[in-house]
Amino acid sequence: MKFMRDLFKSNEKFFTKGGMFEKLHPLFDATKTFFFLPKGKIRSFPFLRDSIELKRFMSIVILSLIPLLIFGIYNTGYQANLASDSDISLQGAFFKGLTITLPLIIVSYSVGFTWEIIFSVIRKHKISEGFLVTGLLYPLILPPSISLIQAAVGISFGVIIGKEIFGGTGRNILNPALTARAFLFFAYPSSMSGDSVWIFSGSNVDAITSATPLSIVANATISDNISMIFNQAGLSLKTLFFGSYPGCIGETSAFLCFIGGLILIITGIGSFRTIIGGIIGLLTTSFLVSYFFKVPFANVTPIQHLLIGGFAFGIVFMATDPVSSPGMNISRWIYGFLIGFLTVVIRVFNPAYPEGVMLAILFMNIFAPLLDYVETRIKLGKRMPNV
Amino acid sequence: MGLRNSEIYNTFIDGIWDENPVTKQVLGICSALAVTVKLNTAFVMAMSLTVVAAFSGLIISMLRKKIPSNIRIIVELTVIATLVIIADQILKAYLYDISKQLSVFVGLIITNCIIMGRAESFAMVNPPHLSFADGLGNGLGYGLILMLVAFIRELLGSGTLFGFDVIPEFLIKFGYKNMGIMVLAPGAFFVIGMLVWLKNSITGIDEENL
Repeated sequence: MKFMRDLFKSNEKFFTKGGMFEKLHPLFDATKTFFFLPKGKIRSFPFLRDSIELKRFMSIVILSLIPLLIFGIYNTGYQANLASDSDISLQGAFFKGLTITLPLIIVSYSVGFTWEIIFSVIRKHKISEGFLVTGLLYPLILPPSISLIQAAVGISFGVIIGKEIFGGTGRNILNPALTARAFLFFAYPSSMSGDSVWIFSGSNVDAITSATPLSIVANATISDNISMIFNQAGLSLKTLFFGSYPGCIGETSAFLCFIGGLILIITGIGSFRTIIGGIIGLLTTSFLVSYFFKVPFANVTPIQHLLIGGFAFGIVFMATDPVSSPGMNISRWIYGFLIGFLTVVIRVFNPAYPEGVMLAILFMNIFAPLLDYVETRIKLGKRMPNV
Repeated sequence: MGLRNSEIYNTFIDGIWDENPVTKQVLGICSALAVTVKLNTAFVMAMSLTVVAAFSGLIISMLRKKIPSNIRIIVELTVIATLVIIADQILKAYLYDISKQLSVFVGLIITNCIIMGRAESFAMVNPPHLSFADGLGNGLGYGLILMLVAFIRELLGSGTLFGFDVIPEFLIKFGYKNMGIMVLAPGAFFVIGMLVWLKNSITGIDEENL
């Protein structure tokens, strides 16, 4: 470590005021704090209550994403090879998955960091650690067949409009990774949803189609037995739970989302109130829907609702984003509950959008400051006035 | 040198840049969202508005001492409406297809805030030559933004410029696709917002007048 410390010390003069690369100071600072604890106080969200600081805070989120990433790589390759009748052994699938996923991750990080550096140089603020997480979350919620150009456009939008326009990490009202995905969803509808985007195929000519659980339900009629159709399509509850079916790269496995969620809750980074509130909201709403409405979705059991689509991933990793979710405890319960509620409402009653998690979370992100404000007001009102 | 300091030049430039109706005063947004999907409709719209703004400024300014102040809005509207109808008829006669695409938006120039605003705040208190320059400047300022927005929207949304394909073949092979959102109104909101941001970061925001 002494060698590293000397290295930074000897080069620091080039990057401080008056030095050769004065303008690149944020870049230097970001590299330095990656290795050593920074000095100084944090003045905006996420506030920390113990001795870890922002970079290590983000590292734990990355850590909890690793199992999902590895499984996502394997599953993407497995589904692609399965559809094209090639090697479905572990190594073959993993290698194929790497060739699909790695370019997306590289594009996400390189394009996103380029924007971060541009803004931190112009605005003279530090390069934020938040992007370490955003840059990894973003490729995990993309369909594998997305082109690299589209991925780059999406992450640019997410970083600029989702974050930098509000003043950078800690001031954004929307989750940047979800903003990026929402933009792609509306800008390139045919590349982001529909049956032909979930399995990677080398060229567009022989696009392979495969229905996701959600589109199966959307196309079903009221009298169909959904569980039977799921079983026929090879989507038993077990498959849905462990995630070996086509879908977005990292969000098919509810089991690994659960493990990631556990890590986040134990380390205190993700709020268990948001996660549990969301699950309760989803289960009660879907239960009520199946009782009172005559729609195809009424045949989907609450447990299936929990496992299909990106709900597990969204509620664990997106809804608990420390910046765009509320900071007060009761607000977090309400916030989580309403995400679960809206997810079901959008899934069931809006045929145009088969998946509602993304829109539900973005919508509730907007209300997070309001929830916080109201709760603070109520709590202050109950206090004894200072005499 | 003489030109740069003249009153008429400054009035003209104010409308185009410093006091730009769209990016500074945020007026005329409605039509800026509606007609900017294609460059040629945006161009025709910009030209019609410029002509109406310039001549309404000129006429109202010439009449400004005769107009009783309590019915001035009615008189201003009459002048503007006459000019708009003339512009609309000319478009129908010579550019029928484009006037079809613009549909009601040419007629709605009558209620465009830019024109009423300039008539009320400028033409009623300034001599005709200045009012003409002011109308021309504001119309062209509006047109400039309209053309920029339409350029970005048509390029990204349809992959064309003035109706000609401009996206090179290798990009399409590489996975390039047109952005569906740019054809819709939200795309125009994003583009206009970014242009306002760009303009404000070039000139800086006047904090006192916020």
